[in-house]
Amino acid sequence: MTTPAAPTDLLYSGTEEELRSAVRALLTDRCDAKSVLDRAGTDRPHDPALWHTLAVEIGAAGLLVPEKLGGQGASHREAAVVLEELGRAVAPVPYLTSAVLATEILLGCDTAEAATLLRELASGRTVCVPAVPLTLAPGAPLPAPVRDLGSGSLTGTVTSVADAVAADVLLVLADTGLYAVPAAAAGLTPRVPLDLTRPLATVTLEAAAGTRLADAGTARAAVAGALLSGAGLLASEQLGLAEWCLTETVRHVRGRHQFNRPVGSFQALKHRLARLWLDVASARAAARAAADALATEAPDAPLTVAVAQAYCSGVAVRAAEECVQLHGGIGMTWEHPAHLYLKRAKADSLALGTAGHHRGLVADFAELPAP
Amino acid sequence: MTAITADHLLTRVRGLLAAHPPADTDRADFLRARFDAGLAWVHYPEGLGGLGAPRSLQAVVDAELAAAGAPDNDPRRIGIGLGMAAPTILAYGTDEQKQRFLRPLWIGEEVWCQLFSEPGAGSDLAALGTRAVRETGSGDWIVDGQKVWTSSAHTARWAILIARTDPGLPKHQGITYFLCDMHAPGVEVRPLRQITGEAEFNEVFLTGVRIPDSHRLGAVGEGWAVARTTLMNERVSIGGMRIPREGGMIAPVAAAWRERPELRTHALHQRLLELWVEAEVARLTGERLRQQLAVGQPGPEGSGMKLTFARLNQEISGLEVELLAEEGLLYDDWTMRRPDGVDFTGREAGYRYLRAKGNSIEGGTSEILLNIVAERVLGLPPEPRDDKDLAWKDLNR
Repeated sequence: MTTPAAPTDLLYSGTEEELRSAVRALLTDRCDAKSVLDRAGTDRPHDPALWHTLAVEIGAAGLLVPEKLGGQGASHREAAVVLEELGRAVAPVPYLTSAVLATEILLGCDTAEAATLLRELASGRTVCVPAVPLTLAPGAPLPAPVRDLGSGSLTGTVTSVADAVAADVLLVLADTGLYAVPAAAAGLTPRVPLDLTRPLATVTLEAAAGTRLADAGTARAAVAGALLSGAGLLASEQLGLAEWCLTETVRHVRGRHQFNRPVGSFQALKHRLARLWLDVASARAAARAAADALATEAPDAPLTVAVAQAYCSGVAVRAAEECVQLHGGIGMTWEHPAHLYLKRAKADSLALGTAGHHRGLVADFAELPAP
Repeated sequence: MTAITADHLLTRVRGLLAAHPPADTDRADFLRARFDAGLAWVHYPEGLGGLGAPRSLQAVVDAELAAAGAPDNDPRRIGIGLGMAAPTILAYGTDEQKQRFLRPLWIGEEVWCQLFSEPGAGSDLAALGTRAVRETGSGDWIVDGQKVWTSSAHTARWAILIARTDPGLPKHQGITYFLCDMHAPGVEVRPLRQITGEAEFNEVFLTGVRIPDSHRLGAVGEGWAVARTTLMNERVSIGGMRIPREGGMIAPVAAAWRERPELRTHALHQRLLELWVEAEVARLTGERLRQQLAVGQPGPEGSGMKLTFARLNQEISGLEVELLAEEGLLYDDWTMRRPDGVDFTGREAGYRYLRAKGNSIEGGTSEILLNIVAERVLGLPPEPRDDKDLAWKDLNR
């Protein structure tokens, strides 16, 4: 079993809090529940103007990109703080897919073509999305549904690709390597997603031409590394989401009167919310540990990420389910945003590996083998 | 007055060590000299074991003395005196009381116990019914009643005691706080044998126990405020310590899983992994709390850690008994014994399972702690209650 080498820094730095304030102020202004709801009812759930401000003006798109490639040269700790805020707002922006997963894949490629794309991505001008199913998990076998029929003529179908409809460029993992394919060159079939704020599409490639970014071995390692980072940082999105659910539910039960008293004074409800608060406080420690382990390239990062995912997925779903239940009738309506959080939380619990998958990884890392 | 620095204290510590070399000094003599040098608890006033220094400097003194091999005063054995009686006596005691009690308390010559809980007043401590009636003439108090769950009562020389002195007042107002001589006639201590077979605690029966008015702490009827000082000082042992990964109760279960493949089943595997993850997350949560405290940003997580550990200890120790299969049907030893200290993780799986049941009861039941989190952390309103203004004698009991 791996032992933590250095003490993990589980707090937020001053810089991280400043970044949080900037992102939260933007989301408060431009991504309130009503505007997310209005958008979710259309076939264009993304908010390109919001993305532009977040990616370009705040510079969040390039947090993980080194300064020499035009990025911010920050770390997973800062990206995690952005994701906490995006989770809190169920923001319809391709941050997890473009600024985390695609960025990490490109960082793992180490070629001039990848560096060029990283520069564009870091500037916020280009949205780049990996053409892999959102459910693909770290530690799971990588599928290769796309074949190179010769000289970069890519053919195949990838299902459940998140944010593909917002992408300028798709990162395609083919049997011969990794390719950048303009989204316009791919066939995109939007699917009806459970999570309205993170749309899914089926990507169909029919002899599509792509720019080769890495050979097969490098590509697979880069994707595996990106999945680990993505899973670790998704815990922070789940934390932010859970925190919104808890805060809003507490606000509701304090104000809502039944039987001539605030419903929040009933012990049955108080105990449920106190337990949920405990879970959220614990999820914060788990998510911070994962972000810090990724940022410091700790040897036990894979275990810490698996622990965070195994724990935070469930907390986010429970928080959203409690939010719906404790809001009573209004919690079941379309007009109240609780459903957006429930849908995101449940979809997130499948994204990048289920809690069960991550517990299986914990079994490997902690040397607790199955029978 | 100039502020006392770490250097100043270290000079004093070296002076103490030079005058009383630990290797050649009797343990009790060394501890007395340490108290008299103001190095017992440095934040206490001069003459009472301290120097009026910042509390944070105690660690400097303790580390220097430990490095020199100086004897300590075994805080585990005298924890109630140190953690609860002493700060209360310091806050509310008369000069005579402070002079009389603090020195032998700190040295460990006099062990203390706490006579608060009663069979009818556990979570609702202020409902207590032990009576103290003032004798006309002598002015002494005569105490009758029963206390329960008293650690160290069988070794204690003194007790902190709360008793009802006016049943006609609402329950929080008619209480007075006393220092009770455990050797006084009428004090009877009986071991309270518990679910594990052993007796960590006692029942204490008080029959016509005479307490002089000079052993009253605080004003008549003000005992609840004094007791709150005691309870706020009740030491929380969780949170300050750094726990290694897979420390605590998960360790023996994980070890058994690794060493004994024949015990493994798929159903137990899933539960083990869930609990392993939760134990690791609890460790991280405690570590985060520790880091917050270290930079002076205490978070509210501390109020929840006991809840988490109680639940985890119970679930993990329950799983451990099941994992052991046939051995889980056995128990190590039902012999009635009186352990020196509380051992939450000692002995075998069956013991841990049974002892962990106390974790969600002792030091505040989990239900009460959930109320505290809900009201103080989340700001949820209290349940309506009708006992606050009712005379104690009119309460339903």
